[in-house]
Amino acid sequence: MVILNEVIRVGIADMNIVKEPMTIRTSGLGSCVGIVLYDERKKIAGMVHIMLPDSSLGKSDRINVAKFADTGIYALMELLKAEGVRPMALKAKIAGGSQMFQFGSSDTIRIGPRNVEAVKQELKRLSIPIIAEDTGGSSGRTIEFNPIESMLNVRTVNLGTKEI
Amino acid sequence: MNSDNSITDMHLDVLKEVGNIGAAHAATSLSQLLNRKIDMHVPNVKLVSFDEMCDLAGGAETIVAGIYLRIEGDLSGSMFFVLPVESANHFIRKLIGDETFDFASPNLPEIGISAMQELGNILSGSYLSALSDFTGLKIYPTVPSLSVDMVGAIVSFGLIEVSHYSDEVIVIDTQIREESEGGIASVDGHFFLLPDPSSYITIFRSLGVM
Repeated sequence: MVILNEVIRVGIADMNIVKEPMTIRTSGLGSCVGIVLYDERKKIAGMVHIMLPDSSLGKSDRINVAKFADTGIYALMELLKAEGVRPMALKAKIAGGSQMFQFGSSDTIRIGPRNVEAVKQELKRLSIPIIAEDTGGSSGRTIEFNPIESMLNVRTVNLGTKEI
Repeated sequence: MNSDNSITDMHLDVLKEVGNIGAAHAATSLSQLLNRKIDMHVPNVKLVSFDEMCDLAGGAETIVAGIYLRIEGDLSGSMFFVLPVESANHFIRKLIGDETFDFASPNLPEIGISAMQELGNILSGSYLSALSDFTGLKIYPTVPSLSVDMVGAIVSFGLIEVSHYSDEVIVIDTQIREESEGGIASVDGHFFLLPDPSSYITIFRSLGVM
């Protein structure tokens, strides 16, 4: 049998889940943060690509939960629970939150680090341990998670590729 | 404020004219700088999702030289001048007279970076001053900043402001091309103007359509 190496793509302010042998990927993370929650034994994982730290920053009536660190991580956990994953079994790997440009209005310029902080706070609140992270700096990242080995591949333009 | 519902085709046409005037001036500046003929496409004005915005620039992972600046004053927003690395190399090699210059090399000579920033300065300056003359609005650009990276990582930074309000953005996209001898386009760049949602009404009022 030929196993196709299919990749599930996650867009900006978007989330999805994946089961082996498929992998899940999001491209071109800048100040945004990609969060992977996974169950090592069941080989199921979910990924969310958040843009902003806190849903209280949203100024529209309907909110897209996957856009914010607080609502996005929680919603991803609920998606995984619906697949029979116990929250206690979940672990996290995170990447992104860089500062692409060295100027801007003060709030916007620090959005990368603020996103990372908010993600860590929310994961702590949900008692999900962070196993690996590649955050900060000034490079864009494309990340792809493989639920079989629970490894996160991080690719950058200027600093090469690594597995975390 | 959620003004998406009240934006009609007429409003988008007005924004198209804004892009037309701005980019025509920028293309003229570029043409003078390089002493070459630069072609400009009719601008594309669209309400797009964040992912579609990255697709306009060639897909999130395309490696580009991106100039970014914020606009402040009567009008606020973000502006990008995005060039694929090959096009950026081509421009800068001509400007500094060094055929070995390459944005992909690890140790970029300072002069190339300055030249690219200056290019961004000149082009965005002519775009925005035309826009200011046309609308009568005071527009102050910040100093342009350069990043050579994946276009998704660069452009998403300009979407942060909009993302507070919406999952869609109005983008005024103007494509420029340089025709080389063989008829092959050697330059394929984009200007993206992303007005903040709070400025939509300001632009429409200044042009008498709201």
